[in-house]
Amino acid sequence: MKHGQQGYSKTDKGGQRKKGGKRGKVGPWPRLQKFWDIRAACNFIGGGTGAGLLLVAGFYALQGLDNTPLVIAGFLSISFGLFMVFLEIGRPWRSINLFFHPQTSWMTREGIVAIPLYVSMALSVFFAGQFIGVLASISAALLAGLFLYCQMRILHAARGIPAWRHVAIKPYMLITGMTEGLALALCISVTSAHTALVPILALLLFMRLGFWLRYAHQLRIDGAPEASCNKVDDLFIWTMVGNLLPVVLLVADWWLEVEAIVVLAGLIAAFSGWYTKAIVVTKAAQTRGFRLPRTPVRGQGQSRVVGQSGFRQNQ
Amino acid sequence: MTRYVMVADLRRCVGCQTCTAACKQANATLPGVQWRRVLDIEVGEFPDVSRVFLPTGCQHCGDPPCEEVCPTTATYQRDDGSVQIDHDLCIGCGYCALACPYEARYIVDEAEFAYGMEPMPNEAARFDEGKIGVAQKCTFCIDVVDAGIAKGLKPGVHPEATPACVNACISGALTFGDKDDPNSPVSKLLAKVEHFRMHEDLGTDPGFYYIWDKKPEDLM
Repeated sequence: MKHGQQGYSKTDKGGQRKKGGKRGKVGPWPRLQKFWDIRAACNFIGGGTGAGLLLVAGFYALQGLDNTPLVIAGFLSISFGLFMVFLEIGRPWRSINLFFHPQTSWMTREGIVAIPLYVSMALSVFFAGQFIGVLASISAALLAGLFLYCQMRILHAARGIPAWRHVAIKPYMLITGMTEGLALALCISVTSAHTALVPILALLLFMRLGFWLRYAHQLRIDGAPEASCNKVDDLFIWTMVGNLLPVVLLVADWWLEVEAIVVLAGLIAAFSGWYTKAIVVTKAAQTRGFRLPRTPVRGQGQSRVVGQSGFRQNQ
Repeated sequence: MTRYVMVADLRRCVGCQTCTAACKQANATLPGVQWRRVLDIEVGEFPDVSRVFLPTGCQHCGDPPCEEVCPTTATYQRDDGSVQIDHDLCIGCGYCALACPYEARYIVDEAEFAYGMEPMPNEAARFDEGKIGVAQKCTFCIDVVDAGIAKGLKPGVHPEATPACVNACISGALTFGDKDDPNSPVSKLLAKVEHFRMHEDLGTDPGFYYIWDKKPEDLM
């Protein structure tokens, strides 16, 4: 099977031509990309969550708390994401070539950052409780932040996908990675969690909701493909519940002091971020479509300025 | 400097898909893969409706977003401005295809032939395993162009140094050549017509020009 492209002509078997393939039924509309599926989305899910976990682990190291479970969880999360990428690519046994273009490719930069990140994680675990372990944890936290930044830039560099190219996706990707990681960190270390983590998670949830609403609003304002906007808008209830319900649960735990409530809040916060990212990568990723600014002049006819199907005129 | 570009005269294109067929024949692409496509577009609302045929494919951008994101350097730009892929380096991550605003790239993970999984003898003879699982796209028939130049021929003028789609076009809608050469067919043509480039606002500096009218001076 081939993935991705496509074509609009009726002779093209791989495209998203409409049934019947009549000539008049084909056109330049934006359509869903098929190059990256849920496996690629898992890289953003695992990488973002893992980076968030390692940021919390760095904070724990500074506070003198045991962070080994968080580092191991971060390691597993990031490894899961990278393994899914390994499954996604067409020639996985050439993966070493990934490191060849640090000059401009954020995917290469992500891969390069992953190497010292793994070393830092390993040192952090092997020297847990020692000074070198603390240093390694801090190093891992800084590198995890860089890893998360690279992931954000990977999405933004895709000029063919307006929903990813939009500038408002960048802060959302950063904040949701941190939120997911902190939420899982609370679940993992619920009995010994630092007291500051709960209000920080609540703050991050509010920020994440705000960035998401801004992204959804700006995407439509800036004329992204209608189908992309609709997919993002469909997540409105989901994001409201996924961000506000954990806050409500965290507030409830303040009175009730039941650990299970914190765990539930953390799981909801993390899962809502994962689902949103999965939708952004696999469902809201419409291409730009083809643009025909003017019709050609033929015979006695006149040229007309035209918009673009799937886009509004202001795109 | 040399900058190879292609010009499509939308006034002349009749949507016959001969360029598509010629490209497939020249490059032995698999079913479903069309490096040169012609979109059949309806524009407007009844009763003001136009039908436009829009040849597309890789635009061989001056600032190619595919080259920028490629993690392997498999996608590269030659000194002549054309954008090429080293299929031995490509890992098939698909990132270039997502960065391309022109939907010009294909990845075939498993070969399927005209009549299923078994190739016809002609397909088997020309099948290239190296293009499976990696990105592929229009090359401007660069091997033909290079061979023609080596013989002292001029791209865009001599068919032996010109892409297959241009040679095959029945209406003369496609023109190829060096835009930096003022005497090339494309330079002369572009000087006297109104044209646009697709998604120019994205900063890709596409090397594919679409003619939609004469220059106003010629109308007088």
